[in-house]
Amino acid sequence: MINFNYTIWIPLLPFLMFLFLGLAGHKYFPKLSGILGTCGLGIITLLSYITAYKYFFLSEKIDGAYQKITAVNTVWLQLTDKLHIDMGILLDPISVMMLVVITTVSLMVHIYSLGYMKGEKGFERFFAFLSLFSFSMLGLVLATNIFQMYIFWELVGVSSFLLIGFYYQKPSAVRASKKAFIVTRFADLGFLIGILILSFNTGTFDFITLTDPSGTAIAQGGGIAFLGLSVMTWSMIFVFMGGIGKSAMFPFHIWLPDAMEGPTPVSALIHAATMVVAGVYLVARMFPIYSLSAPVALEVVGYVGAFSSLFAAVIACTQTDIKRVLAYSTMSQIGYMMLALGVSGYGGHEGLGYMASMFHLFTHAMFKALLFLGAGSIIHAVHTNHMTEMGGLRKYLPITHLTFLIACLTIAGIPPLSGFFSKDEILAAAFHSNKLLFAVEYVVAGLTAFYMFRLYFSIFWGKETHYHHTPHEAPATMTIPLIILAIGSVFSGFIPFNELVTSDGKGFETELELIVAIPSVLIGLFGIVIAFIMYKKESAIPDKMAATFKYSYKWAFNKFYMDEVYLFVTKKIIFRYISQPVAWFDRHIVDATMNGIASVTQSVSLRIRGFQSGQLQKYGFVFISGAILLAILFIYLWK
Amino acid sequence: MSLGTFLIMRHELLLIAAALLVLIAEIFWNEDKRRYISLFSVILFGIITIAGFLPSTAGTLFGGMYVTSATTVLMKNILNIGALLVFIQSVPWLKKKENSEKTSEYFLLLLSTLAGMNYMISAGHFLMFYIGIELATIPIAALAAFDSYKNKSAEAGIKLILSSALSSGILLYGLSMIYGTTGTLYFKEVAELFGNTSLQILGFIFFFAGMAFKISIVPFHLWTADVYEGSPVSVTSYLSVISKGAAVFILIILLFTVFPAIISTWQKTIYVTSVLTMTIGNLFAIRQQNIKRFLAFSSISQAGYILLGFIGGNQLGMASVIYYLLVYIFSNLGAFGVVIAISNATGKENIDDYNGLYHTNPSLSLIMTLALFSLAGIPPVAGFFGKFFLFTAAAEKGYYLLVLIAVLNTIISLYYYLLVVKAMFINKGETPVEKFKSDFFTKLALAICVAGIVVTGFASIIFEAIKNLSFGV
Repeated sequence: MINFNYTIWIPLLPFLMFLFLGLAGHKYFPKLSGILGTCGLGIITLLSYITAYKYFFLSEKIDGAYQKITAVNTVWLQLTDKLHIDMGILLDPISVMMLVVITTVSLMVHIYSLGYMKGEKGFERFFAFLSLFSFSMLGLVLATNIFQMYIFWELVGVSSFLLIGFYYQKPSAVRASKKAFIVTRFADLGFLIGILILSFNTGTFDFITLTDPSGTAIAQGGGIAFLGLSVMTWSMIFVFMGGIGKSAMFPFHIWLPDAMEGPTPVSALIHAATMVVAGVYLVARMFPIYSLSAPVALEVVGYVGAFSSLFAAVIACTQTDIKRVLAYSTMSQIGYMMLALGVSGYGGHEGLGYMASMFHLFTHAMFKALLFLGAGSIIHAVHTNHMTEMGGLRKYLPITHLTFLIACLTIAGIPPLSGFFSKDEILAAAFHSNKLLFAVEYVVAGLTAFYMFRLYFSIFWGKETHYHHTPHEAPATMTIPLIILAIGSVFSGFIPFNELVTSDGKGFETELELIVAIPSVLIGLFGIVIAFIMYKKESAIPDKMAATFKYSYKWAFNKFYMDEVYLFVTKKIIFRYISQPVAWFDRHIVDATMNGIASVTQSVSLRIRGFQSGQLQKYGFVFISGAILLAILFIYLWK
Repeated sequence: MSLGTFLIMRHELLLIAAALLVLIAEIFWNEDKRRYISLFSVILFGIITIAGFLPSTAGTLFGGMYVTSATTVLMKNILNIGALLVFIQSVPWLKKKENSEKTSEYFLLLLSTLAGMNYMISAGHFLMFYIGIELATIPIAALAAFDSYKNKSAEAGIKLILSSALSSGILLYGLSMIYGTTGTLYFKEVAELFGNTSLQILGFIFFFAGMAFKISIVPFHLWTADVYEGSPVSVTSYLSVISKGAAVFILIILLFTVFPAIISTWQKTIYVTSVLTMTIGNLFAIRQQNIKRFLAFSSISQAGYILLGFIGGNQLGMASVIYYLLVYIFSNLGAFGVVIAISNATGKENIDDYNGLYHTNPSLSLIMTLALFSLAGIPPVAGFFGKFFLFTAAAEKGYYLLVLIAVLNTIISLYYYLLVVKAMFINKGETPVEKFKSDFFTKLALAICVAGIVVTGFASIIFEAIKNLSFGV
């Protein structure tokens, strides 16, 4: 048995770092805090790699399956004998994989930020928040039970809130941070309800007990029904609601594009690679329950994912702010992962979708972080977010250009880059179980290639724009992470995920299915060619296209008016017909009762003031009579 | 009996030795060196506090007069931690010109009261218990009158000594009835022989009244506000935390071990007095202008909540009381620490003076807010968990009405705690407390309190450890 006790330091160290930088950084280490934070994260990255190596290659397998190992566990709050909230560390293939993803991307973002955030006001605050985020995210993925996960889930939300609103003097950033927090918080309400139903039904919070395929939790799931669905299905749908919020799936996606107000490294870390995939991770964590006990809920996951994926891809084709394009692309790719989970079965080759989803999560983290950091480098050079104000940058930013191109090719699914492999597995999984979703994914694959290369050509080719000052390549602290991530994007496709990360822990054989792969590459190339024709050189085609499809273009450009729908529902319906009557009731009934009690309390308190006269003889009198009254009460009256 | 067996009396012996050392230092050190007496005492007491945590054995001495167990050691250690904080907090105040002459007196008196409390907790015989209680009380009266040139302080001393004389009289009267009906003063034998006769109940009630006086339980609390207001702030904080804590500890030990025969009677007594204490303490606290009087009444109502833990008469109840006192020590000393800092710097002690404090002294205001939140029991600070466990202990035994009353009272208390927070953060002060820098000792004490408030709440280990150690009396 290998000792994994040291893993406690993986989440703990960033937390100590946060306390240290948050409390002392401002005063004593305003300049050094970046280096300190980065070094701390370097250590954790190393620890995570060691853990991954030990877990995947040295730890003992039973029946050829990786075991779930509880490395650390303590009872944190004992509510009753049976029900307790624990804090601990659970190691299994997905949590170890997430460790690697989070620490790698986080380390890259830390290094990148040393250059990107240099000279910003609140430099040390930024790194303190980054440490807080790393702590929460690691705590989330390592949670041994669903309640611990929920606690860290909320902590992740808080750190995301803090980082989106990092430029707190900018009203749009403040608005965006509030929006992100409120929308995800609302979704988390569903998560909490789901947890309560689930734990009430099964009597435990513990993941290992809950997800044991032959355990009681899964067996009894069919139990009582409401609206034709079992209790387990309902609880899993509610739990998934939390995932919809965090992972920006339709209809709770509205916060993600606005969250781009945060500093770009934050967008790369939180809103592309790690936090937003928490929803996917959540479903994967509970996957045995979804698959074996609540298949309807799993179908919901699949359809929500597919719809979000298509929806976001269409919007991404029309946006001009490069970070927003990337934000919608993230939403679309996460939709892919959800869809893959939705079409997956449990165990062996049936679990292809599960494996594909985790695979895509991994490769996506690499190339999407790369895209965002590249975008940051571009913004750093030209001081604008709008691709209409860019063009011909390939000459000025050679490294950024090259790495960005690699990322675009990866996301478009061109072999042999990593995106091709992971996307292909997803398509294969969908092909075998649900032809409708499979078709949707083909369309999205084409759209993805198109909008990514629309972005690429307008930034790096297209018309020469006259810049205020000549753009120059970013410093080494920024370009080195780009290069490392580019290497990751190219080669991570060769990691044998089918051996390592599977639904039941056992490896299985996969092969490239040409019937799926060839059309998907072709449709990707088709998208690239169209983008090439329209955006390689300045041309009138895009405007003409927009004019021809005036209305549909306008709809997509305005994000299908989702924000307006939300405003209408909240302001016109909820505020007017629910909030106002409630407010009236609150003011005239609840408050009046409270005020009544308060004034009674006040007047009683005024009356009895006389007791406290300051005269000692009176005190003595009260003392003696109190004792005698108590004696009479207990000897004669109330025996 | 070898000399080694005396070591189970380690806590008391160390305190007495420390008191003697301070005295010797005062006599033999010259003027120059005497400036270091406070530092010397603090370090000495720090060592004692740490030594208290060394592993210890349970046992009895003097034919059962003195008893010690894991629980009593835990209680003494908790008191030591609190007393150490008071020691640290009072250093800057003792540096003032009018007090520097009397520094050694101050520590000497505090150490003797603490020794008295320790003897009280370890008593196995009512005589020992009584000696402990007097040793703990009389020096405090001298401390209350420490600022003897101030009328209020002198008044506090006189009031404390007169009222405690009265309460001691009643207590002794009660003990004489217990002795008269059982023929012994040993706790063990009293517990066996105690019946349920009227005379014994009368004896118990009088004994309870005497203890209730120390804890400031209504209606035996009237001395509290005047004495708290008049005494120097450091002494007030000592009275409200350590003195009260020790009395709570000894009362819970006695109720559980000596009076189990009349459990139904004392449960009713606790029921009535806890409702009275919470409610009256709160109603008075609302009206207070002086921050010390305010904290006095808040500490009265806190005693009411603590009584809730007694009522179950089981291990969970005892653990929750000990845990709550630990939390209470940190929270109340945190609040008092801020009051002391402000009083030392400006001499201001009214709630109105705190208007706009946040703008001039943000960190002090934040610490005060944290401490008050903990006292009010707002999650996630330690006070919430403390109250939660107390209420759980009472609810477990079916005292739902009592818990409901307690919850309503916490809502009232929230109101007046927030009044102070409002004064600091929202109200505009015409002459706000000026910005000042606190010295090292104040900062140290406040930092320990803040850490205590946060850590005792989150680290479940602490409550589990207390739970395991409880009920070994």
